[in-house]
Amino acid sequence: MSTLILRLFALSIAASAAYSQAALAIEPALDSRNYPGAAWSPYLVGAGIGVLSWLTFYFYDKPIGASSFYATVAGMIGKAVAPKHTNELDYFKDNPPKLNWEFVFVLAAVAGAAVAAWSGGEVFNEWVPEMWRARFGDSLALRGAFAFGGGVLMAFGARLAGGCTSGHGISGTLQLNVASWIAVICFFVGGAIVANLMFRI
Amino acid sequence: MLDPGSAVKKTKIDKSTSSVPAKAIVGGILAGFVFGFLLQKGGVGTYHILIGQLLFQDWTVVKIMLTAIVVGMIGIFTLHHFAKVNLHTKPTKLGPNIIGGLLFGVGFALIGYCPGTAAAALGQGSWDALFGMAGLVVGSWLYAEMSDPLKRTVEKWGNFGKLTFYDLLPVPKGVVVVSAAGLLTGFLVVLQAFSVR
Repeated sequence: MSTLILRLFALSIAASAAYSQAALAIEPALDSRNYPGAAWSPYLVGAGIGVLSWLTFYFYDKPIGASSFYATVAGMIGKAVAPKHTNELDYFKDNPPKLNWEFVFVLAAVAGAAVAAWSGGEVFNEWVPEMWRARFGDSLALRGAFAFGGGVLMAFGARLAGGCTSGHGISGTLQLNVASWIAVICFFVGGAIVANLMFRI
Repeated sequence: MLDPGSAVKKTKIDKSTSSVPAKAIVGGILAGFVFGFLLQKGGVGTYHILIGQLLFQDWTVVKIMLTAIVVGMIGIFTLHHFAKVNLHTKPTKLGPNIIGGLLFGVGFALIGYCPGTAAAALGQGSWDALFGMAGLVVGSWLYAEMSDPLKRTVEKWGNFGKLTFYDLLPVPKGVVVVSAAGLLTGFLVVLQAFSVR
């Protein structure tokens, strides 16, 4: 049984690998593998995140997650601009926007990434990513509009689904939550469809 | 290694740290710093690596996620067996999980970052992440604005409550955990053999 499942896995991976090999021939500038790769092995980084999750569960009783940070920021701004209205919203009644573990977690992640980039000589300092430029040109307005619109949809989706690529994609899946496996598969299905429309059509 | 399903630890462990805000804040800062550092070193703060995953060109994202899941899973369930950690099971609601998940995915392709990796992107000087982060705040606000009607409609569709694979499968929890870890490791081995990056 398990060998059959493994074979099916092997087959599906081989098929998608063959598919991406074929795609390579189309246009080099639209193949991400023609741009620089990561500094560290994905297995080292993945194992590090796995161990980090042991520590956050053990010491702070917290799963790793990022998306609620943005809701907290939205709530903080709301409280400053329209406190009465903000306090009446259902979501903020259940999740009062205040300085909490998740809030400082994401802010500190920016600092951690800055130190990592600086130590590895990988400071990008650019407004439009290279691969985007190869496809859509160097207009910051266009890139900014897509990133902003994508962010709106992404946050709305994350709140509806109950988490993001961290909260569902790593913390929920590792606890074998059915919801998280469904959500993360939908993240990649939705993402793959739109990304392929954007870059291959 | 792990107990059968009948002996699942249900007791909520009292973590004194979670009731001390200052200590929790310091912990959040430390953990966040390490998380951001690892994301940047893993290349997942980089637009072409994330979009490359969605185009099936670059498998870095899936490799990192699956490795984190396997390592995390083994440790968390072992710690839970010895009653050292609480599990945080999220409710399974097919309607919002699927609709929200697909919306998230569409946004994922447009922005090219996710909520956590946008922080890593900003940290490494990919300034376009700022537009994405502004969008994430606005999208969160829109959801909060609509949270009441959503709660009464979409969020009721296909609600199965807190559900895990070891609840669903008629075998002991330990067997499910070890099989899942084995299966995902097998998948990674195959993926490594066939992927260019």
